[in-house]
Amino acid sequence: MSRATSIGRLSPPVAILRHAALLATGALILVPFVWMVSLSIKPPGEIFSTSFFLWPKQFYGVENYTRALTDAPLPRYMGNGLIVCAVILALQILFCAPCAYALAKLRFPGRDLLFGVVLIGLLLPHQVLSLPLFILGYHLGILNTYAALIFPYVVSPFGIFLFRQCFKTIPNDVVHAARLDGLSELAIVWKIMVPMALPAVIAFAIFSVVGHWNDLFWPLIAVRDQSLMPPPLGIMSFKNEEAGNDYGPLMAASTLVVLPLVIAFLAAQKWFVEGMTGGAVKQ
Amino acid sequence: MASVSIESINKNYGQMSVLRGVSLSVADGEFLTLLGPSGCGKSTLLRILAGLEMQDAGSISIGEQVVDGLRPKRRDVAMVFQSYALYPHMTVASNMALPLRMRRFSAFQRLPVLGRLLPGTARIASEIDMEVTRTANALGIGHLLARKPGQLSGGQRQRVAVGRAMVRHPAVFLMDEPLSNLDAKLRVQMRTEIKELHQRLGVTFVYVTHDQAEAMTLSDRVAVMLDGELLQVAPPQDIYADPDDRRVAEFIGSPKINMLDGVLREHGLLDVAGSALRVDADALAGTHLTLAIRPEAFHLAHQGGQGALTGSVRMIEHMGSDLFVHLDLAGINHPLLARLLAERAPHIAPGQTLHVGVRPDRVLLFTRDGRRLRRQAESGYASVTPIRETGR
Repeated sequence: MSRATSIGRLSPPVAILRHAALLATGALILVPFVWMVSLSIKPPGEIFSTSFFLWPKQFYGVENYTRALTDAPLPRYMGNGLIVCAVILALQILFCAPCAYALAKLRFPGRDLLFGVVLIGLLLPHQVLSLPLFILGYHLGILNTYAALIFPYVVSPFGIFLFRQCFKTIPNDVVHAARLDGLSELAIVWKIMVPMALPAVIAFAIFSVVGHWNDLFWPLIAVRDQSLMPPPLGIMSFKNEEAGNDYGPLMAASTLVVLPLVIAFLAAQKWFVEGMTGGAVKQ
Repeated sequence: MASVSIESINKNYGQMSVLRGVSLSVADGEFLTLLGPSGCGKSTLLRILAGLEMQDAGSISIGEQVVDGLRPKRRDVAMVFQSYALYPHMTVASNMALPLRMRRFSAFQRLPVLGRLLPGTARIASEIDMEVTRTANALGIGHLLARKPGQLSGGQRQRVAVGRAMVRHPAVFLMDEPLSNLDAKLRVQMRTEIKELHQRLGVTFVYVTHDQAEAMTLSDRVAVMLDGELLQVAPPQDIYADPDDRRVAEFIGSPKINMLDGVLREHGLLDVAGSALRVDADALAGTHLTLAIRPEAFHLAHQGGQGALTGSVRMIEHMGSDLFVHLDLAGINHPLLARLLAERAPHIAPGQTLHVGVRPDRVLLFTRDGRRLRRQAESGYASVTPIRETGR
């Protein structure tokens, strides 16, 4: 037997045990989602019946999904989510990349102190800041607008941190070469650093979009107008006003809200893993 | 094309002094090599020259212009890095075109989509394409233009890095150990190509290396640096045969030069290792001196006594045409190395007693503080030369 086999393959009992453990934890995480999808295609009678089947006796998916899309302005909520997430992401990258470049590659007094401040920003939970942010939003007069949903997230300490770590792995010679080639510092950020750090940018984009698409806490504070609500807040109001105990359409709406994220994650999975582990080993 | 003048450059990193009063001038079209062990400050000097770092004191001129405080872009220098520093996300063509695009396009013309619609953009772009293709063909990488650096071998990447520097016709080429990431065979080949490139372009080259073979083969003049100081600037043959400083003599040459301590007697004889060597010195009797003798300066002598050193053979290395003979001398704790022609010394065996002679003019004399004691035409020995620049 070659060495690679003895290291790479486990003996069958160990392999079975390991896979069983992995499958069990995987199942635990998947169960709520499976249940959600299952409920979304069941008629009201079956949802509360004592016997449990994953697949309904009577397929009620069309009715549930139609009600989800028509009773509440779900497309509107999702549109809101899309606008808010896209603007937040664009602004985050716009601000984080130059900040991270300065922290990673430029030498100036106070740089380490500033980086320390970024790390402190990383430690603060968002909820702590919600009241000051609410008051700030009130004084700016932007509450109950898209701007209210966006402004707290424009600068992301996590983004600065992630980009800075990634930019630090790019050799200084590349920056020097770019300066000699005539690029300005900002041009170096956008033409050299960001493209070279693309896996990290994509990983950050996934974090950011997932986080803000699913965010309920801040939108609950920032907007009242239904036409501005992002998906989770919309579903919450849908539950209260329209659906009541009618869980079928509610679960259908939830499934529709999660779907874009699942598709996006599957598409970007490769870069996501690369970005999270990038720099861990020398290429 | 331009000359380069470096005047009294000082550079410190915190408490550490990296460059101390380095002055140097490079003539227009000259190939000058900065040679020294790693950490001697040669790369720092090159980066200061390029404008990538700022000196703490001193001044730099390129051509007639003082460039202190000018950004790298404005200095009309191009640099080839040890790591090549190519942009991995761009094709070879884009890598090479970037310096031209940054110089010839206006900021608006560089805009991603809009720029292409502006008047003149297409014409300039096709000019750039033509120049990139021409340069790439000249370097034999024309067929690689569509590839990315990750798909290239070390030698090809090196050529792309040279191409990116060449394509905009800089006044001065700076090269920071460009060959040290290549394997031995390719290094020799690229060395020849760089030499040819210099002859073809005729521009000023400043080349940094720790490899004395590169320095000796490529350069018009070599500047030897050690611990942030410039020890000697001279043509390669002078650096080898006529070093100003003990450290230069020790750094240059492989195998290393032999260093022996001796005391000057009268009549130009020097007592060393139990023998007396003639060194042409007729002054300064009683002075302690260090002799430096290149291994190949020795020849076999038939007997000991005046003009020859006597020792017992410790080890012999056969190098084909030559023999490296390690000799233990009385009173000297490190062996003496003599390089003898194999055909002239056929019967040497370990343990044997051997006499080796050396001509007085092949013995380099250094004072105890390491400076060269050089014979001057009229005034005899007594002069200690400061750092000098010998003509090309």
